Amino acid sequence: MDYASSDAPAGSGAPVPGPRGTDMLLPHSARGVKVVIVGGFGVGKTTMVGAVSEIPPLTTEETMTQAGVGIDHNPGAEGKNTTTVAMDFGRISINQELVLYLFGTPGQERFWFLWNGIFEGALGAVVLVDTRRIEVCFEVITRLEDRRVPFVVAVNTFPEAPQYPVEDLRAALALGESVPLVACDARDRASCRDALLSLMDYLHTLVAAQETA
Amino acid sequence: MTSENPGPWNEGNPVPLYVITGGSGSSPEGFNLVTLIVARAAPDPSMQPEQATILTMCAYPLSVAEVSAYLSLPFSVVTALLSQLVEDERVEAIAPVPVAAYPERGLLEAVIHGLRKL
Repeated sequence: MDYASSDAPAGSGAPVPGPRGTDMLLPHSARGVKVVIVGGFGVGKTTMVGAVSEIPPLTTEETMTQAGVGIDHNPGAEGKNTTTVAMDFGRISINQELVLYLFGTPGQERFWFLWNGIFEGALGAVVLVDTRRIEVCFEVITRLEDRRVPFVVAVNTFPEAPQYPVEDLRAALALGESVPLVACDARDRASCRDALLSLMDYLHTLVAAQETA
Repeated sequence: MTSENPGPWNEGNPVPLYVITGGSGSSPEGFNLVTLIVARAAPDPSMQPEQATILTMCAYPLSVAEVSAYLSLPFSVVTALLSQLVEDERVEAIAPVPVAAYPERGLLEAVIHGLRKL
C-alpha cells in the first residue's frame, strides 16, 4: 500500500510522483489536442498508444459516482454505485507548442458515460477493429456518427485473425464511402502513425469541403 | 498497516476521496483531460500534500490526464484539487485548442507535419 503521496510533503526526500526528466514537456508547450482510439477489449488500443507515444503509456481513471458514494460506511455496499474505468493514454509533441494526446477508451455501451469528457474537443477518433470481434464496432460507429465525431476505421492486423477484403469489411460495417478504412499493425510505430495521418488527412478533406460549400 | 486497523475502508481505497478534495464533491467545470497545467508558485509547507506535489510536478507543463496518472487519483478528484490551485493563482490552466465541428485547417496541417516527422 502506498501512502507516500499522503504522508510525505514534497521535497522531504521521499519520491515525489511526476514525470521523469525525459518525459517532461518543453516549457513553452502551450496547447493540447487529443485523438481518441476506441475499440473493444484486447483490440490493441494500449498497444497502439504505446507504439506512437513519446512517453510510456500512462493510465488515468475516470469515476462515475452518485451522491453519497464514498461516504457509505456500510460494509459490502462500497462501490455499488461507482464505476471506475482506466484509460491508457500517450503523447506526441507535434512541435514546440502543440502536444497531441492519444486516449484509448473501451467501446462497449456500458462505458459510454466516459464519452462526454473524452470526446469533448477531440479532433476525431480512430476505431480500432479486430475482425474476430467486429460486432463491438457497430454500436461504436453509430454512436460516433450520432455525435458527429469524425473517425477513421483501422483494422488491427492480428496474424491469426481472418483476412477480409477491404470492401467486404466496409459493407459489413456499413461505412460511408468517404470514411477511410485502413489496415494497421498496432505494434508498429509507422503503421500507427499512418492510421493517425489517415484521420488527419480525412479531417483536412472534410474541412476543405466545408470551406468550398 | 491494515491488519491492525480493521476499519471499514476498502484496501484499495484507504483515503476517502472527499477528504483529499477538501470536501468538495462536485466536479468543477472547465477542465479537460488535455488542459495543460503550469505551476505559478512554489509548494508551501502549509499546503495539502497532493497540491504541493502538483506544484512540484507542474514546474513544466503537464496535462490534467498526466497529473491524474502520476498522482494515481481519478480525473474528478484532480480537477477538484486543481480548481482550488487555480483560484489561489498557484497554477495556470491552459485550455486545449478549441475544436468546433471541425478543427482549424492550420491546426490540422501542423499535426500532419508533426506526425510525418515521427
